[in-house]
Amino acid sequence: MDFVSIVRVALRALTRNKMRSILTMLGIIIGVGAVIAMVGVGQGANEQMQQQIAAMGSNLLIVQAGSRQAGVVRVGYGATKDLLPGDEAAMLAEIPLIKESAAGTNSHQQVISDNNNWGTSINGTEPDYFDIRSWTFDLGGPFTTQDVTLANNVAVLGTTVYLNLFPDGSDPVGKTIRIKNLPFTVVGTLQSKGQTGFGQDQDDTVYIPYTTLQKKISGQSWLQNISVSATSKETTDTVSQQIVNLLHTRHRIRAGQGDDFEVHNLSDVADVANAAGSIMTTLLASIASVSLLVGGIGIMNIMLVSVTERTREIGIRMAVGATEADVQKQFLIEALVLSLLGGIIGIVFGLVTSWLISAIAKWAVDVSILSIVVAALFSAAIGIFFGYYPAKKAAHLDPIEALRFE
Amino acid sequence: MPVIQFEGVHKIYDLGEIQVHALRGLDVTIRRGEFVAIMGASGGGKSTFMNLVGGLDRPTKGLYKLDGVDVSTLNKAEMAGIRNRKLGFVFQGFNLLSRTTALENVELPALYARLSPAERIERAREALRIVGLADREHHYPSQLSGGQQQRVAIARALMNRPSILLADEPTGNLDSRTSVEIMGIFQRLNRERGITLVLVTHEPDIAEYAQRVITFRDGKIRRDERVAHPLNAEQVLQTMPVVGVED
Repeated sequence: MDFVSIVRVALRALTRNKMRSILTMLGIIIGVGAVIAMVGVGQGANEQMQQQIAAMGSNLLIVQAGSRQAGVVRVGYGATKDLLPGDEAAMLAEIPLIKESAAGTNSHQQVISDNNNWGTSINGTEPDYFDIRSWTFDLGGPFTTQDVTLANNVAVLGTTVYLNLFPDGSDPVGKTIRIKNLPFTVVGTLQSKGQTGFGQDQDDTVYIPYTTLQKKISGQSWLQNISVSATSKETTDTVSQQIVNLLHTRHRIRAGQGDDFEVHNLSDVADVANAAGSIMTTLLASIASVSLLVGGIGIMNIMLVSVTERTREIGIRMAVGATEADVQKQFLIEALVLSLLGGIIGIVFGLVTSWLISAIAKWAVDVSILSIVVAALFSAAIGIFFGYYPAKKAAHLDPIEALRFE
Repeated sequence: MPVIQFEGVHKIYDLGEIQVHALRGLDVTIRRGEFVAIMGASGGGKSTFMNLVGGLDRPTKGLYKLDGVDVSTLNKAEMAGIRNRKLGFVFQGFNLLSRTTALENVELPALYARLSPAERIERAREALRIVGLADREHHYPSQLSGGQQQRVAIARALMNRPSILLADEPTGNLDSRTSVEIMGIFQRLNRERGITLVLVTHEPDIAEYAQRVITFRDGKIRRDERVAHPLNAEQVLQTMPVVGVED
């Protein structure tokens, strides 16, 4: 029998039992739809996470002052006084793969503006810091290198601080706030960055030149950290190693001796997040695949019922000259039509579901062409796999017995 | 020229514990253009004989030649091809596909012969015309009377222009007037187209329309007689009163 006739016969057989065909397809529709939507949700979440990490700066390295051991007491990170502004200068001078760097030191202080006050973290840094972290300004802009050199009293406010100090929402640029009783001129406010993955409010902070913090507030000459951006994501590992080597020399740390600093590499974080994301996507896809499998079993079930019901038809076809291959093809195509049609409707269903999820739950949903193609191929494979046994059963019927079947 | 040749054919059904010896050394030759009726009590081997002739089954022992070809040398697909092109089947229960129009039912064998759609339809219409149902091509079997359904079945059997028609109790489900009409169609096909007819029946008055009557008993041929003066269905019909609503 030619292909067109087989497909026509299959379609007619399926439309003969519309309700049953639709219910059978429903299994595949839900299965394929679930796979597409779930993979979409997984990939969307992954994408969003990657973007957040990229926003933190995927080529970002943070050199942190290390722990110190005094006798048996070990003090935590940032406690050593060995990380100095000179280290930063040396890094910039000797490691060409470093694009920008910013010294960092901090202190917790009460900030006052007219009638409002707010206790927050004061971060001493350099103007490049905002660039390294790819942070943008709502109002005004960063302080200048000259402000750092001269230890000027200038401040950049995080959104939370701004809203607490200026509840009326007035433009703070040019206004004066007081930190530890010193007047500071506000030069800009940062765009809100929300919370970190650990629930820490990234907007609850004030940035001032690190020199100002050192000289006028904390009185410390050392740094807590140095933020460094490598020229690209790929060079971060090299830069990290070169920093370690440089600081070993500068801090005179011999082999076997513990470091008094730590280099944190954010691209590692990105890799871990990426791995976690694909695990989640795989998990969602496998859960959804179970429903696809169940849909396939539904097809097999209905095809077996259909073969039994149509035993006499099979006998008639064989008597008038259908070969076993003809009969097998016919039932296989029927299963294939069921699963493919279900697959196509399932794709639409999956796309609609994804759209609903992103519209209602405000989740990032990323449906890739690949997942659609895979879903379509998978549903065809299911049709062939689960249709094969019933088709084989039909083909191997004895025509004499089949003709006698009531 | 012999078209069906049985030489020492045995058929034994192995049912596990017992073996049923359905045919016990059958020798029979049917020539081209013959109209043969097969008679005999049930269990005599008629059905087994028809299944063997139709290539639905194979002899356990012995030789069956169809058109000079030893059927035992053919594989299943080749047998299907023989059924498709050389043989036409007509059954007692009509065996039409339900919810399929008369025309599509008739087309069925051509589907497996891979005829083009245009040729299929043309031939199916012609076959329906031969059996006098040209105006019923879009009717479903459930909309046709028993006699009409059997005529559709005959048209289907004629579809691939077979040389042999095998009819298994074709009038078993029909009233006597319709039975004679069906016999008339068979006689006409046999006379005008030279189609060989092998017809199984247990009704002696149906067998009288054949030219030769073979009687089976216990797996062997009990009698094999030529009918001196077969009944002519068309003449018989004229003597019969028109009953029922057959149209």
